[in-house]
Amino acid sequence: MKAFASLLDRLTYTPSRLAKLTLMRNYFRSVPDPDRGYALAAFTDGLPIRFPLRRVLSEIGAARFDPELFRLSRHDVGDTAETVALIWPSTPVDSDDLHLPDIVAALSGAERGSHASLLTQWLDRLDPIGRWALLKFLGGAPRVGVSARLAKQAVADAFGRGIDEIEEVWHGLEPPYLPLFAWLEGKAAGPPAAATPVFRPLMLAHGLEEAEWEALPLDDFAAEWKWDGIRVQASGKGGVTRLFSRSGDDISQGFPEVAEAFRFEAVLDGELLVVRDGVVAPFGDLQQRLNRRTVTRSMMARYPAHVRFYDVLEIGGEDLRALPFTQRRARLEAWHRQQAPARSDLSALLNFASKDELKQSWEATRADGIEGLMLKRKAGPYLSGRPKGHWFKWKRAALTADCVLLYAQRGSGKRSSFYSDYTFGAWGEKDGAPWLVPVGKAYSGFTDAELEQIDRFVRQNTIERFGPVRSVTPKLVLEVAFDAVQVSSRHKSGIAMRFPRISRIRWDKPATEADTLETLKRLIVSPP
Amino acid sequence: MAVSPLFESWLRPDARGLYCVPGDFHIDPHQPAARAIITHGHSDHARPGHQSVLATGDTIAIMKLRLGAAAGEQLQALDYGLTLKVRDVRVRLVPAGHILGAAQVVIEYQGQRAVISGDYKRHADPTCAAFELVTCDLFVTEATFGLPVYRHEPALGEVRKLLSSLRDFPERTHQIGVYGLGKCQRLIATLRQAGYDKPVYLHGALRAMTDYYISRGVTLGEVPSVADTKDKLAGEVVLSPPSALGDLWSRRFADPLNGFASGWMRIRGRVRQRGVELPLIISDHCDWPELLQTITETGAGEIWVTHGREEALVHELTKRGLTARALALVGREDEAE
Repeated sequence: MKAFASLLDRLTYTPSRLAKLTLMRNYFRSVPDPDRGYALAAFTDGLPIRFPLRRVLSEIGAARFDPELFRLSRHDVGDTAETVALIWPSTPVDSDDLHLPDIVAALSGAERGSHASLLTQWLDRLDPIGRWALLKFLGGAPRVGVSARLAKQAVADAFGRGIDEIEEVWHGLEPPYLPLFAWLEGKAAGPPAAATPVFRPLMLAHGLEEAEWEALPLDDFAAEWKWDGIRVQASGKGGVTRLFSRSGDDISQGFPEVAEAFRFEAVLDGELLVVRDGVVAPFGDLQQRLNRRTVTRSMMARYPAHVRFYDVLEIGGEDLRALPFTQRRARLEAWHRQQAPARSDLSALLNFASKDELKQSWEATRADGIEGLMLKRKAGPYLSGRPKGHWFKWKRAALTADCVLLYAQRGSGKRSSFYSDYTFGAWGEKDGAPWLVPVGKAYSGFTDAELEQIDRFVRQNTIERFGPVRSVTPKLVLEVAFDAVQVSSRHKSGIAMRFPRISRIRWDKPATEADTLETLKRLIVSPP
Repeated sequence: MAVSPLFESWLRPDARGLYCVPGDFHIDPHQPAARAIITHGHSDHARPGHQSVLATGDTIAIMKLRLGAAAGEQLQALDYGLTLKVRDVRVRLVPAGHILGAAQVVIEYQGQRAVISGDYKRHADPTCAAFELVTCDLFVTEATFGLPVYRHEPALGEVRKLLSSLRDFPERTHQIGVYGLGKCQRLIATLRQAGYDKPVYLHGALRAMTDYYISRGVTLGEVPSVADTKDKLAGEVVLSPPSALGDLWSRRFADPLNGFASGWMRIRGRVRQRGVELPLIISDHCDWPELLQTITETGAGEIWVTHGREEALVHELTKRGLTARALALVGREDEAE
């Protein structure tokens, strides 16, 4: 338990993805079975823990601790489980004889009334970090900034394998994954490929610049709209279909109606959208359904999910990835005509006679749900990663606005000594006087040299400091580029920018000449 | 809570701090006073501008280093354990185990004995004399960590966390924020105890005090200044004041990993708030069990709590049948630990 607790502890404070991978890699290499397998399960949601933590904690808390001291402690600590972990009397035994497998085994046979005494015994055997980690573990997926995909990446790294190889066998395995580790350590043959759906790494596109567009031999490319949703892979096998996010995380739970409608043996690539009567809703509607572990019927009715397919990787176990795009497309169309799964359609190929015609037609299109143009090499196979020269995305020229820097926050990792996250405002009115309303936050778009300049400006023009945040004299104008403006009830300004980034620093422009909130509101595309 | 009039008649808080009437002196006054006894050299206890100062030799030397001429007009050193008659009271300084030179002030008057403990700890610290218990009738204590959630781990274990991180990230500079007087030198000494024999690099602000500790015979090994090297110090330990964490100064290092050695690192919210990646729970104050243990062992029937989490400590002591009272002395900074 000590190694697991110390890993969780370090992970919570480690912002960098690479550093997280290092910590996990060292853990999976050094900790024996079956402990490491249960740790992996904790990161990948592989262990459904059912433990009434809140109830048991308050039960134990009331019986064990002076209520006044507990209340004051809770106030200092800010979190009940952490308070219990810290206030629990430490026994001087410095042993490490409580293991994750023991806990898992005891939980599976635990009767309702025995939870409190189980927890008490365990807490008595752990040090403060161990107690904290145990409570995290019992609370379900430990939120330490590690996705299932990242944990699998760490396992792959630890034993010099590719993550694809892990994904290939993953869904056929169960905690504590003994065959997986035996294979990784070269002690056994690889586990059989899973009879359940598998994530295949996606093919990604390069951004296209105006100059490249001019040089592009367009005859070699097929064109489609770039839909404004999130990329998903629908992977069906053995009667089960899973939806994977771009990074390979299973998001089926949040879209049960889609997973239900997709009963097929195939692996397809597409865009997850909210579609009403064939019309794509703004991205904000889809956002209502993201990052939810459960979804209500009314959510499903209000924000009906839909997948617009544009590629196929596998049909009936046949791997199609080596085929050229046009052939995959033909197979996709034939398959979709025959299967016609509900809640899906195909992303149409665009017809155009010339480059100019294509350009004009997409520049004229202001429809919701279209974020830009995709160009795909007709002869190209489906390659994982971001291969050069195959797929291009051409996003609509960004909108821009001149905004005033209001707050700056320190970045993390390599940027921890720089004020690199900027909150900016536009002019509104309060009580008849002009004032700057925060309208967005951006942390990209500038060069390293510009970052140093803004950082210097922030340090020299600080009004107040709030921990890692500084408010600055409102006098630096930033030209902010963004893809769209949406209505938002969550922000004071009433709007939210989509993909805001800093496009230029306007050292020359006085703050009084920055844009107004009204101007930004005029850019809102109203839903159809 | 009834306060025994006996104690209050000769020892009481006033506008400058705690005042001893028959001795006519203050203990750690936060404003300039005519006569001051100073428990230790931290800036919230050793203020500038007193006329005459009585303290241990180390505390006086530290005050001179920090304050120069403002350390006081007349400075008188009193060794640990010697008794001095000050007007109608007898005064003795006894090790407090907090930092080099830190003392408890023992005052005896008309058969009563009061101990003003200043800041103190019972945990092992190779850089200063260990806390010495003095039984008394009135014990005056701080309560910086006066809640049962505060229990400090042995410093050696925390230092091992740092060593293990150096093994995980040999390509990164480990920059650890420490307070310059006490914590800095204790961390270095504990690193040496753990077998770490590489140089420990210092920010310029930590130089003078560290050199003073060395001159007093504290063994700290090689402690070069960051300013004297052009190296990015990948995989090395650098100590700096907490304010230099993630500051312009740290850009010279190799992908610095920020640590912070403080008792407050026990609380996750505080670690996150400071953006610390490697919290080291090392404190020069008593934790909750030490506070209660010490108070019990002094045998004092009355306890005054100067600053910190006094509400909780007073609650607990009252429950145990002791007379306890919060003084809420102004000017103490328990954040700076």
